[in-house]
Amino acid sequence: MFLSIQGLAKSFGANQVLKDIDVNIEKGKVLSIIGPSGSGKTTLLRCLNSLEEPDKGIFTFNDGLSLDFEKKISKQEILKLRQKSGMVFQSYNLFPHKTAFENVTEGPLIVQKRKKAEVKELAEGLLEKVGLKDKMDLYPHQLSGGQQQRVGIARALAMEPELMLFDEPTSALDPELIGEVLTVIKDLARDNWTMVIVTHELQFAAEVSDEVLFMDGGYIVEQGTPEQVLKSPKEERTKQFLQRILNPA
Amino acid sequence: MYLQSNMIYTITANTEGWELFVNSLLPMIMGAIQYTIPLTLISFVLGLLLALLTAMMRISKSKLLHAPAVVYVSAIRGTPLLVQLFIIFYGLPTIGLTIDPFPSAIIAFTLNVGAYASEIIRASILSVPKGQWEAAITIGMSRTTALRRIILPQATRVSVPPLSNSFISLVKDTSLASLILVAELFRKAQEIAARTYDFLLLYVEAALIYWVICFILSLVQTVIEKRLDRYVDK
Ligand SMILES: Nc1ncnc2c1ncn2[C@@H]1O[C@H](COP(=O)(O)OP(=O)(O)OP(=O)(O)O)[C@@H](O)[C@H]1O
Ligand SMILES: [Mg+2]
Repeated sequence: MFLSIQGLAKSFGANQVLKDIDVNIEKGKVLSIIGPSGSGKTTLLRCLNSLEEPDKGIFTFNDGLSLDFEKKISKQEILKLRQKSGMVFQSYNLFPHKTAFENVTEGPLIVQKRKKAEVKELAEGLLEKVGLKDKMDLYPHQLSGGQQQRVGIARALAMEPELMLFDEPTSALDPELIGEVLTVIKDLARDNWTMVIVTHELQFAAEVSDEVLFMDGGYIVEQGTPEQVLKSPKEERTKQFLQRILNPA
Repeated sequence: MYLQSNMIYTITANTEGWELFVNSLLPMIMGAIQYTIPLTLISFVLGLLLALLTAMMRISKSKLLHAPAVVYVSAIRGTPLLVQLFIIFYGLPTIGLTIDPFPSAIIAFTLNVGAYASEIIRASILSVPKGQWEAAITIGMSRTTALRRIILPQATRVSVPPLSNSFISLVKDTSLASLILVAELFRKAQEIAARTYDFLLLYVEAALIYWVICFILSLVQTVIEKRLDRYVDK
């Protein structure tokens, strides 16, 4: 077990978006989250690194770090929580005034204050891994969406997080560019990265996940292996959702 | 008389036309070099620092920081610059605070730039997408580091055109300092006009010099914008 979360809840004003959620994230495993729009998938993911601060919930990590969001949490603790994960955004959010290379080196150099030579090697290695070594001196606007997202993945990996979070990493991409990004994520799964992926790509989720979690209305409705949840769901709401995605007409 | 520049003694009540224009050029340009340009540069640099501070205070969630910044901006924007200049130079001596013309002008123009530019800087910081803050925070940056390394560089691109406008306006506004006895460009024109009565020629001449200065500045603005554009899609 890498992280165990109990009783996670989050509201925006009167809108309760997450209602008492329990999640376990296993070390080296891939957890995919699926569900209809507005069901709280992004909010759940953002709670995992406190980009949204949960109203309530107990986070327990394998190294003993434990946060109870009903109590007051210090800045230090939030920082520790954030250091554990890297985040890949739907809209990439690359730094437009920095080259691909500089996007990747920014964190290790400025935040972790690591040595320049060491960081250069790290960044070149990561950009090679995502297939962009030859593009490393280009600015984000000179890259395609798929290339930008791969830089986004390299940027998150550069912090050497224990957990990688992806929020619909391909949903802003043209169909022909989706494959290259999914391939990179599949490689990471093969290298046993611990990952949580919000996605609408059911085929991809089936291939890459160890566990799939279906959310609706702020609850986890169903969870299990990809076979269980995607092939033979038990819950009516899961069945309906899968029906709608598979036969959109 | 109290005319400082030697050159002005070559100008008499009888000097006319082209000769007056040429003989007046040097004293006016000297006024620009000695006062107009330093006044503009010093006030603008100090004003920008004040503006950045004010913008940060306005963006801050703390009421204690927010409120004074709001009052300051409102007071400066809601009162005429000329009145502010008069309060500082002619008003303050009444309570025993006498400040020379040039520093008085620096204070007034700095306060002005600080207020107007703070709005520009604030808007440009707010124009940077929220995702940029989030990306910076998720790689472990503090808010201050994120602001300095990620947000401000992008905000700068947005704020250069309006700040350039402020700068150019400031060049022209420094002519108001003539009214608190700063011997800048326009005051030189007034002094010569007072001796020769050729108001039209001398004031048009002053206008032309302001125009040339502002034209050069707008060229500089274009160069800066081009440089900042290197990472922007076009
Ligand atoms: N910052 C916010 N302020 C207010 N309401 C929010 C905020 N973020 C999300 N919400 C609301 O929370 C609910 C869940 O949003 P969330 O983005 O988590 O859904 P999602 O499952 O990721 O949906 P999608 O598939 O469309 O991305 C929605 O009703 C949304 O309007
Ligand atoms: Mg979402």
